[in-house]
Amino acid sequence: MHELAIAESVVSTVLERTGGRVSVVRLRVGRMSGVVPDALVFCFELAAAGTALAGATLEIEEQAGLAHCRDCDTDFSMRDAFLLCDCGSADVELLSGRELQVTSVEVV
Amino acid sequence: MCSTCGCGEADVRVTTPGAASDAAGHGHGHGHGHGHDENHSHDESHSHDHVHLEQDDELRTHTLELEVAVLAKNDGLAARNRAWLAERRITALNLMSSPGAGKTTLLERTIAATDRAVSVIEGDQETLFDAERIRKAGARAVQVNTGAGCHLDATMVSRALEQLRPERDSIVFIENVGNLVCPALFDLGELRKVVVISVTEGDDKPLKYPHMFAAADLVVINKTDLLPYVDFDMERLTVDARKLNPLVQVVPVSAKTGENLDAWLTWLT
Repeated sequence: MHELAIAESVVSTVLERTGGRVSVVRLRVGRMSGVVPDALVFCFELAAAGTALAGATLEIEEQAGLAHCRDCDTDFSMRDAFLLCDCGSADVELLSGRELQVTSVEVV
Repeated sequence: MCSTCGCGEADVRVTTPGAASDAAGHGHGHGHGHGHDENHSHDESHSHDHVHLEQDDELRTHTLELEVAVLAKNDGLAARNRAWLAERRITALNLMSSPGAGKTTLLERTIAATDRAVSVIEGDQETLFDAERIRKAGARAVQVNTGAGCHLDATMVSRALEQLRPERDSIVFIENVGNLVCPALFDLGELRKVVVISVTEGDDKPLKYPHMFAAADLVVINKTDLLPYVDFDMERLTVDARKLNPLVQVVPVSAKTGENLDAWLTWLT
């Protein structure tokens, strides 16, 4: 249940930067990040309880996985975690999908 | 969770078996806010937004762009661990696996077989069992008990290194909590990540736990002495692991019999 540890990091990150007068916290979560958005929303409520962020809403923008194949020089979206291009090449660079960022907050 | 401040580090205990102060107790002081970091000297490059906010009382709501990595604090501390280890030419390896894959047995073998000084940070939710085993095998060890936690993080490793005081040019093994999910996400400051998988667990693990295998530098396939008794396709595991992580190396061993241990020891050096 690493989402709880991650939710606690979100709470401390936002509190450090805002002092806590925040109604909405926005996150960008990549599909390859290993974090389950629903679990994170659940854990955020627990982590925020008793802090100045209690009651704040967590909004998650999911970022699809995007990769670049060096062999056929094309970009493609990842359907799963496999770093394989349809052309059969494994010489693939992940361009996006591992993000785990607090993008912005709504300050009251 | 911590009964004093509700933070998740609460139950973490760092213990050196046999040391007088076994009962390290509640590790982190309170009155630290919710930073979870007793040492604030590594501040990331965040601005002091709150100074302005206090003058904005009359505004209703406004959007404050942050664009900050959620794990920035952990990653910053991991970078500090990494620099501390590099200064001392210490090789730190993060060993991850399911419970029972044979990490501790592999370490017992390694301690007996290698010329380099070895010390170990043992991560488990409870008990000092593994640290005691390492000590009996002839190496120094500290045990980190994470309580409810399912993985080690950079703060725990930093505290463990303070107690362990590994010598220059040595190897530090960080035996993570047995779990193929969460440990993959947390940088500890290690040089390399090693996944240990045993043949009794099945060859489908890379597909089931892709993040762990994507993060690994080396996959050790343990318990090869049991291959005659289980359906385990070494080729399938290797092919699947490389689909996730094209450059990953795979080393089959039997920590119990010592079979092919040389390949593991060669990788270590």
